[in-house]
Amino acid sequence: MAKNEIKYLTAIKQEKPKKKFCRFKKYGIKYVDYKDIEFLKKFVNEQGKMLPRRLSGNSLKYQRKVSDAIKKARQMALLPYVTDLLK
Amino acid sequence: MNNYELMVIFTPVLSEEDFKAAQKKYIDLIAENGGATVHSNPWGLKSLAYPIQKKTTGIYWVLQFTASAEFNEKLKIQMLRDEQIMRHMITKLDKYAVEYNAKKLMGVSTLIQQKAEA
Repeated sequence: MAKNEIKYLTAIKQEKPKKKFCRFKKYGIKYVDYKDIEFLKKFVNEQGKMLPRRLSGNSLKYQRKVSDAIKKARQMALLPYVTDLLK
Repeated sequence: MNNYELMVIFTPVLSEEDFKAAQKKYIDLIAENGGATVHSNPWGLKSLAYPIQKKTTGIYWVLQFTASAEFNEKLKIQMLRDEQIMRHMITKLDKYAVEYNAKKLMGVSTLIQQKAEA
């Protein structure tokens, strides 16, 4: 038996990571505006790449809308296609 | 009749009068073809996220209008022929988008989105 093995009488409380949520569903946003760059920047990383649903927590319906909005903003040179240090 | 939104990037060399004249030209074109302008919003000179035609700035213009679906092809041809225009995009607005734009016009400056950002 290992000497430095620690045993607890009661199970230690482990903090659960915060559950992610879809901010569009929670706040009732129905339309993703491609002109609102500051808002769209929340869904891209520093290189201007889109964040996956795994990280942003968006539902599929709104992830699709965000993706369309970001692509439109890129076409109109509001957001860059590739960059460094966007934020 | 459908709701559309047009965004145009004009070349930065345009003077203030030319910019106004170009806006008027397209608003008139829409009116001639049985459409109506809902809201016109000239953003003015803005720096681009990446260079277009070797230019780093552009004059932005956003226009919301209603028109029939066939009209957009005509408008597109006019836009592509126009040498003052570097890039344009026509977006169809769904009912939520119309609501959003109407609210924005009223001055309820996207309270919901601000809440989401907090």
